Amino acid sequence: MRIILAAAAVVMLAALAFAAPWLQFVLTLAIAKGFAALGVAVLLRAGLISIGHAMFFAASAYGAAFLARAGINDLGLLLILSVLVSALIGAIAGSFLVRYRAIFFAMLNLAVSMVFYALCAKLYGVTGGTDGLPVPIPAVFGIVFAEPVFKSILFYLSLTLMVLVGLAVHRYLDSPLGHALSAVHSNEIRLEYLGIPVWAVLLIAYTISAALAGLGGSIAGFAIGRVVPDFAFWTASGHLVLIAVLGGIGGVPGAFIGALFLELLHSAAVTVTDAWNMFVGITLIVVIMFMPQGIYGLFERKEAQSS
Amino acid sequence: MSNAIIPLLLDSLASAALIFFAAVGLTLVFSVLRVLNVAHGSLYSIGGYVAASVCLFIASRQLNPYLSFVALLFSAVFVAAILGPLIERSLVRWTYGKSEAVQILITFGLFLILEDLQRLVFGVQSLYEDSPMRLLGTSSIGGVVYLNYQILLVAMAVLVVVGLRLLINHTRLGRLITAVVTDREMAQSIGIDTNRIFILAFSLGVFLAALGGALATPTSGIAPGLGADTMVLAFAVAAIGGLGQIEGAAVASLIVGFARVLAIYLVPSLDAVAPYAAMLAVLLIRPYGLFGSVTARRI
Repeated sequence: MRIILAAAAVVMLAALAFAAPWLQFVLTLAIAKGFAALGVAVLLRAGLISIGHAMFFAASAYGAAFLARAGINDLGLLLILSVLVSALIGAIAGSFLVRYRAIFFAMLNLAVSMVFYALCAKLYGVTGGTDGLPVPIPAVFGIVFAEPVFKSILFYLSLTLMVLVGLAVHRYLDSPLGHALSAVHSNEIRLEYLGIPVWAVLLIAYTISAALAGLGGSIAGFAIGRVVPDFAFWTASGHLVLIAVLGGIGGVPGAFIGALFLELLHSAAVTVTDAWNMFVGITLIVVIMFMPQGIYGLFERKEAQSS
Repeated sequence: MSNAIIPLLLDSLASAALIFFAAVGLTLVFSVLRVLNVAHGSLYSIGGYVAASVCLFIASRQLNPYLSFVALLFSAVFVAAILGPLIERSLVRWTYGKSEAVQILITFGLFLILEDLQRLVFGVQSLYEDSPMRLLGTSSIGGVVYLNYQILLVAMAVLVVVGLRLLINHTRLGRLITAVVTDREMAQSIGIDTNRIFILAFSLGVFLAALGGALATPTSGIAPGLGADTMVLAFAVAAIGGLGQIEGAAVASLIVGFARVLAIYLVPSLDAVAPYAAMLAVLLIRPYGLFGSVTARRI
């Protein structure tokens, strides 16, 4: 039942973008943010809240911009390399960050990401300062397409990746390694007594979450065509946590549902009012207070009742 | 070299005073309510907007310019009296005892709301009114010309540290606060009205934030985005000093102020990096901050 629902949702997204091409950009961006929010949600399972994941989002987009400047001009290669860059940064940062818990983990992630942000904004010669760097349109299998065609390819590629990567993350969360995450949340010491190294469990999770944020970041970079330091600002990190919680951290679809909901709400709201962040804030507070399972929790509950 | 050190130290002090005002309320609220208020930066900028608007009004009506000093103080009181109890009662109190993730997210939601409210009420243009600063004039220390307003800022910061210390150690209210911080349940069971303490402590935190914003506007003006920038800076200082440590925040703002001024003198392009680099360095070695500890009681 759940698989049919998910498949229907994916087909609907593809059809929606086909029927309304102007939505394509919004949907691509939503999927990109969904990837990053999924990364945050992986860590939230272990009770770790990161207000710094926008750093990996930005690092990967900067990575794509630098690699493109260095002469690499293939979409697939650029995506893979930039995700590897953010995974590597994630592994390095994670190796010391996962020693901390609760509010200290949140603060250290914030500190690291703000150092990164400030460097990106200030090192004008390297990163272009607040102007950022262009992310040029790369070739796809050796063919350079016109911009609108490339954006369509990027959208359908993101949609495919959403399904494939989503399935992979689902498998990961369902594996012993993934279940160990919620065990860290409930009782870390017991896990150590069972002979499972908590440090390794969290480092793997952190690296995966950095890679996911990176995948989202390079997709966003290609979709927008430019990367700016604001990608890494702390409010961007806050938004990622917001999307993860809004969608619900109960399962993989939650992050994407949250991102789609938010981006569609955003494009609907900007036509009416400037103050759309206010509505997002109110929605967030209402969701946390009255629907702790997030939007995805509604589907989950229905599923449980019907079966 | 020696004639470069005095201006460097004085600049650090003035910069530290402004940073301290942003951070002290955050750390005070955390110590009493155990809630990390992510919307603290917005309260700072609201204080700034209200103060700047009132000062502009005074200037436009050509009232006695010294009124603007009164205006700075009273706009902070005004913001705290209205927003403090309102926010604590309507939102923050639901997060007591909840996980950090919930507290951070609820106050982040509040941050988003307040940022947009400011945009709606005060517009998106920047406000600048420096009459309080011009009124005080300058003085010369060691041959270098200084704004008296900067010296006033440092004095105010010292006054706040001493005032808070006196309030907490030598008044009845301070003892009640200490009791609630030390053991919330026990305090409740001997009949202390903890709700009242929470409202007062939160409003005091709002007052300090708004005062910081109000005092900062004559020097740098105010524009959208200030709340978000101030938030991380306050966060960095509070974390370096140890969350919940008032003297810790004072020392931390001296460190951050000095690091920033040093960066401006040596590598100007890295001045924005300095506070966060200092925060990272301190937290990696002492995650509880310089003066914090896991078990010791706060305040």
